[in-house]
Amino acid sequence: MEIYSGHGQPGHWKVRSDSGAGMKFIDEYRDRQIVMTLAEEIRRISRSPVSLMEVCGGHTMAIQRFGIPSLLPDTIRLLSGPGCPVCVTSRQFIDQAIAFSRLQDVTITTYGDLIRVPGSTSTLDREKAMGADIRIVYSAMDAVDIAQKNSGRRVVFLGIGFETTAPASAAAISAAYRKKTGNFFLLSSHKVMPPAMAALVDEGVKINGYIAPGHVTTITGISIYSDISEKYGLGCVISGFEPVDLMESILMLVRQHENGEPKVEIQYRRAVRPDGNPIARKLLDEVFEYRDDWWRGLGILENSGLGIREKYGEHDAERMIDAVVEPTREDKGCICGEVLKGVSSPKDCKLFAKGCTPQNPVGACMVSNEGACHAYYRYNR
Amino acid sequence: MKKEDKILLGHGSGGKLSHELISRLFVKHFQNPWLDKQTDSAILKIQDENIAFTTDSYVVDPIFFPGGNIGKLAICGTVNDLAVAGAVPLYISAGFIIEEGFSFSDLEAIVKSMAEEAKRAGVKIVTGDTKVVNRGKCDKLFINTAGVGSIENKNAHIGEGSLIRPGDQIIINGFVGDHGMAVLAAREELNIRSDITSDCASLSTLINNILHSTDGITFMRDATRGGVATVLAELAGKRQVGIHIEEDSIPVRPQVRSFCELLGFDPMYVANEGKVLIIARKETAGEILKILHRDELGREARIIGHITSDHPGRAWVQTSIGGKRILDMLAGEQLPRIC
Repeated sequence: MEIYSGHGQPGHWKVRSDSGAGMKFIDEYRDRQIVMTLAEEIRRISRSPVSLMEVCGGHTMAIQRFGIPSLLPDTIRLLSGPGCPVCVTSRQFIDQAIAFSRLQDVTITTYGDLIRVPGSTSTLDREKAMGADIRIVYSAMDAVDIAQKNSGRRVVFLGIGFETTAPASAAAISAAYRKKTGNFFLLSSHKVMPPAMAALVDEGVKINGYIAPGHVTTITGISIYSDISEKYGLGCVISGFEPVDLMESILMLVRQHENGEPKVEIQYRRAVRPDGNPIARKLLDEVFEYRDDWWRGLGILENSGLGIREKYGEHDAERMIDAVVEPTREDKGCICGEVLKGVSSPKDCKLFAKGCTPQNPVGACMVSNEGACHAYYRYNR
Repeated sequence: MKKEDKILLGHGSGGKLSHELISRLFVKHFQNPWLDKQTDSAILKIQDENIAFTTDSYVVDPIFFPGGNIGKLAICGTVNDLAVAGAVPLYISAGFIIEEGFSFSDLEAIVKSMAEEAKRAGVKIVTGDTKVVNRGKCDKLFINTAGVGSIENKNAHIGEGSLIRPGDQIIINGFVGDHGMAVLAAREELNIRSDITSDCASLSTLINNILHSTDGITFMRDATRGGVATVLAELAGKRQVGIHIEEDSIPVRPQVRSFCELLGFDPMYVANEGKVLIIARKETAGEILKILHRDELGREARIIGHITSDHPGRAWVQTSIGGKRILDMLAGEQLPRIC
C-alpha cells in the first residue's frame, strides 16, 4: 500500500501528491457548514422524541469524537448498539486465546484492540509481558505470512468482527489451505449482524430506528434489513462514518419517523451497493457456516456466529489445538451487557470512570476504541 | 499498581499508565523537591548558577527511519528537553548499549549523525559509555543520554508553567504526527510505502530566538510520546486551568491524516520529535508567531487554542464540525482499530 500527500479516499491510495488526481481527502464529509445546515434541518423537522441506535462501534466513536450529540435537539436520543467486535466477544473466547498463548509452540496473532480485553484472570497484554509470543497484525493475511516464516510454530489468528472482517479471515484460511500452510489456525469468533439487530427489538429495547452499519452492508447488501423495516416497523438508514454522513442519516431517520414511514434507505451511497459484494459473500460461504453464538449482553443467538466448515477443519484452532481453558468468571457490577443492548448508558454504570477505566478496564466496552464506554470516557465524561 | 503486577508496554507509552508508574513507584521512592516537579528537565541551583539537567533513553524501532535515525533522535530529544525548560543546552553524555553482531558501518553512520546534530544544536558530547550485550539481550542498539544547560533566573518557571493564566495563547510550531507515523510506516510488517518524514530536529536555536525577544512565555513542552493531546491534558490537570483547543487549527499533513485514518489513530496523540507547544501571554503571541515563521522549523506555526477559566482541570476541543469533546490522556499505546 502507498500513502502519499494529497490523496485520501480508499481506492485512491496510490494517488501521489503531484498527480492532482483523485478526491481531496474526506473534507467534504467534515464540512462544518454542511453539518450546521443538516443540524438546522433536523431541529426544524424534529417534533416527537425519537431514539436512534447506531449499531456499529465505528459510528459510536465518530459520533463522540466529533461531538455530534452537542449539535442535536433534545428530541433525539442516540443509543450505542452491539456493533463493536471486541465488546460482544465472549470472555470465554479471551480465556481460550490466553490458554493457547501459554502453549510453548503457539504464536498468537491478533488485531490490536483485543490484547487489553480482560479474560477471567488475565489479559493477552499481561501474558505477553510474561513471555507469551503475541503479535499485533494489521490483517489476517499477515498471520499466514508469519506461519510460513515460522514453520516450527503453530500460529493462531484471533478472528473477531462481523461481515467486515470475516471475509479477510476467510481469505486467510483459503490461502493457507491452498499453500498447504498447515501451521496456520483461525480461532473464530466472527459474528453476523442481523440476528443481533432483531434480538434487540425482540428483547423490547425501545428504539425507533437504526443507523445501520455502512461497512457491513458493503458486503451483505441491503436485503438483510428488510425484516427490520417490514416485520418490526423500524427505520433503517445505512450510514457512512463521517460527520456529514451521520448527520444526514439522522435527518433521514427523523424524517421517516415524523412521516410515519419506516423503510430501508442508503445514505452511504458512495460505498454501498444494494446487492453488496457477492465475491466476498461467496468466500464467506465457502469457508464458514452459521452456528449459534454467544454475545455479551445478548446471550446465545441462533445462527449468529461463523464456524469453520469441515473442509477447512485442519485450520480450525478449536478443532486442532488442545489447551486447558480456565473456568470463565464474569465480573460483578459491570453493565456492559445493558450498555450493548442500549438499555443503559455508560454513565449509568457504577463502575464507569471509577472502578473501570481504559487503563484498568473491567468490561470490554471500556477497552476497544469503538466501545461505548471507552468513547464516553474519552470524549464525553 | 493494583492487579498490574507486570510491566506492560503501555507503561512506557507516555500516557496514563506511564504517569501511574512514575508517581507510584519512582517519585514515591526517589522523592525530593526537584523530582516532585516532574518536569522534562530538573532545574538545579549550583553555587548560584541555575542548571537544567535531563536524561532520556532511545529504543526506537526501526533504528533508521525517514528523516533520521536513533542517534540523531537522541541528540534532538535531549537538546529539546533542555530548550523547552527555557535553558541553553550545553553538554551531553551518550551511553550505547549495543547488541553483539551489530553492523559497524551502521553504528558509524549513527555516530556521525549525532556529531552533526550536536554541532547544529551547539552542544558538545563530552562523556560516554559503551556496553555490548549478547545477541538477543537488546534490540540492535539502545542509546541513553543526559544533558545539561544553563538557564536564566527569569526563565526558570517555564518548565513548570507556574505563571500560566487564562487568556494565554497556545502555539504549535508546525505539523503534528509526522514522527510517529513515519516510524510506523517504516516498520516492515505494515508493508506501507509513504513519503512521511520524521520531524526530528533540534529546537534550541528557534527557542533561544524567542526567549531573547520576549518575556511573555509561560510554558513550553515538546510534544513527544502521547502527542499534543497528552501534553495539554496533563497540563490542564496539573495547573488546574481550562484549555480550549480548536481542532481545525491544528496543522496535520494530508498523508499523516490519511495514515491515521487508516489505523484509527488520532494525530493529536501521535509522537513528534521537533514540535514544541508554547503558551504565551496574548499580547506577545503575534510577535512569537513572527519569529517562528521566519525559521524553517516554525514556518507552519499556528495558534491552536487558549487557556480559559472555564472547566478548570480539563482540556476541551472544539471539533472540526463545531461539536465539543474532552481531550484526555491515552490509557496505553494507540492500537489500530479492527474495522
